[in-house]
Amino acid sequence: MITRFLVQGMDRNLRLFILLVLAVGIALPLLNQLVPPGNPFHVPAWVMQLIGKYLCYALLALALDLVWGYCGILSLGHGAFFALGGYCMGMYLMRQIGSRGVYGNPLLPDFMVFLNYKQLPWFWHGFDQFWFAAIMIVLVPSVLAFALGWFAFRSRVTGVYLSIITQAMTFALMLAFFRNDMGLGGNNGLTDFKDILGFPVQSDATRGILCFVSALALALGLVASAAVVSSRFGKALTAVRDAESRMRFLGYRVEGYKLFVFVLSAAMAGIAGAIYVPQVGIINPSEFSPANSIEAVLWVAVGGRGTLIGPVIGAFIVNFGKTWLTGALPEVWLFALGALFIVVTLLLPKGVVGLWGQIKTRSRERRARAPA
Amino acid sequence: MTEQRSTSALLYLSGVTVSFDGFKALNNLSLLVEPGEMRAIIGPNGAGKTTMMDVVTGKTRPDSGEVVFDGKSDLTKLDEAHIATLGIGRKFQKPTVFESHTVRDNLLLALAGLRSWYKLLLAAPTRAENARLDEILTIIRMTEQQHMPAARLSHGQKQWLEIGMLLAQDPKLLLVDEPVAGMTDVETETTAQVLREINKTHSVVVVEHDMSFVRALGVKVTVLHEGSMLAEGTLDQVSADPRVVEVYLGR
Ligand SMILES: Nc1ncnc2c1ncn2[C@@H]1O[C@H](COP(=O)(O)OP(=O)(O)OP(=O)(O)O)[C@@H](O)[C@H]1O
Ligand SMILES: [Mg+2]
Repeated sequence: MITRFLVQGMDRNLRLFILLVLAVGIALPLLNQLVPPGNPFHVPAWVMQLIGKYLCYALLALALDLVWGYCGILSLGHGAFFALGGYCMGMYLMRQIGSRGVYGNPLLPDFMVFLNYKQLPWFWHGFDQFWFAAIMIVLVPSVLAFALGWFAFRSRVTGVYLSIITQAMTFALMLAFFRNDMGLGGNNGLTDFKDILGFPVQSDATRGILCFVSALALALGLVASAAVVSSRFGKALTAVRDAESRMRFLGYRVEGYKLFVFVLSAAMAGIAGAIYVPQVGIINPSEFSPANSIEAVLWVAVGGRGTLIGPVIGAFIVNFGKTWLTGALPEVWLFALGALFIVVTLLLPKGVVGLWGQIKTRSRERRARAPA
Repeated sequence: MTEQRSTSALLYLSGVTVSFDGFKALNNLSLLVEPGEMRAIIGPNGAGKTTMMDVVTGKTRPDSGEVVFDGKSDLTKLDEAHIATLGIGRKFQKPTVFESHTVRDNLLLALAGLRSWYKLLLAAPTRAENARLDEILTIIRMTEQQHMPAARLSHGQKQWLEIGMLLAQDPKLLLVDEPVAGMTDVETETTAQVLREINKTHSVVVVEHDMSFVRALGVKVTVLHEGSMLAEGTLDQVSADPRVVEVYLGR
């Protein structure tokens, strides 16, 4: 029953796409490790790291699309779930530093010594164990999503009001995490990581593994999302998106549906953030910035909301553009982002994937019309 | 007539008042529907017909009055989903089908049975469910369109699909708001047939303006006016009532 549940959702295109994601995740590290530098096929570590980062963004976009594209909940605070997952991973990585910090304190991370902490805050306990951190990476964003969703969905907060609440949530968290007395590194966040599960974070081999793990997480995210959206649950979910009150009159408890995807989506975003942090080597409160969450919405819109491949493609396109533009013409990026938003909303309501579908049908029609 | 509480009534409304910013959409309305009955409700625009259905289905809370279903459930205290699971199905005045779903999936969503999200995650349609879907598709004459997205249906077809969805819910009581609006004469006649067929196994309350349709149903008629009941009886009886004539002609 479970295998049928997992397999039924994947059409041929999606299966190929998932294989492509995995192939990238395997090929890049191999080409980095096995092909010597100088050979045209050698992949430099920074490329691998960049793609690894994009894969995490893609997973965040997929998570967001699950609630926005399939259930109509426009969350403007998904960056918060991503950042919380990232902080959980960051706390684990901080504890792995041990006595190798600047102050050489075996128990307290550097910033705590600096701020005159006498002992480890209670919520840091357990984070020296990877399994504990792994649980928290999923649990912390899920619990927050559950609490927020429980109140919002039961009181039937929808549309713009819900978007504002999620945006306020990430903003409030940003302000909170900026404070030194939160015990999470304040302004500077968590950084100077040394190793993860015993492997040095900075080494190319570890980076390769992290790149592969990112691809694997995205692939699993796609499989799980496909299973969910193509199940009868998924049909009910899109029906809630299209005509919520009609579903109530059919006897569906709409809150349960919304709450489930919202929590699932938050957990996926948390995992994405957790894999992201060791690759970039830092997590700080700016990850909670409202602009990040809005950017993620743009990735989904560009790629095509309500499709599974769309958000992944959108995350890659926009972030390639961002990496390139912030390097070449840094002052232009924000304007480009704004322009992209307008273009997509006006001209590409279904995103790149929708455009692709249009081109395909049009050329098919042209071929059908052409004299044989 | 409805002052005394009947224990046998399927739907019992007594003294129901609903006001919107001081305007009384329903004014001390009382109504009784017996099990197995089909009742037609007519009345000029704004008489409160749709509001009456909103009250019964839990969309609108009355300011005062009693609404009892099946002699035991106080509908003024329950929410939409709960009322639906008690066995009250509703077709809206403006057809609301799930546009991006196929005709068959629309019916599947409406099908009585599974509603909880965790069960639907793993459930596939059973053989019995598929058979029931085929049966309903035949009744509403849409077998050929079953894999078409509902967005591509004509207005009349959407009305049919809605009736099919209502059937799929297998409710004890069907509330049908203006089923033949925008239909051709032939379609209207067929709709009356389908409703009579449904009435063999279900109780029905149908709101309609179309008099030839109401005549074709051949059931007891209630006339609403300004939120209260004006007259009740056969169509011939109520159309002979001078107050009814005045309401309809005086517009
Ligand atoms: N949510 C609302 N807010 C304010 N007024 C409302 C609301 N719903 C209905 N009304 C008013 O209540 C009155 C009764 O409306 P209702 O829709 O029940 O009429 P109806 O008998 O169904 O009419 P029609 O034949 O046009 O469908 C109308 O005057 C309408 O404007
Ligand atoms: Mg009406």
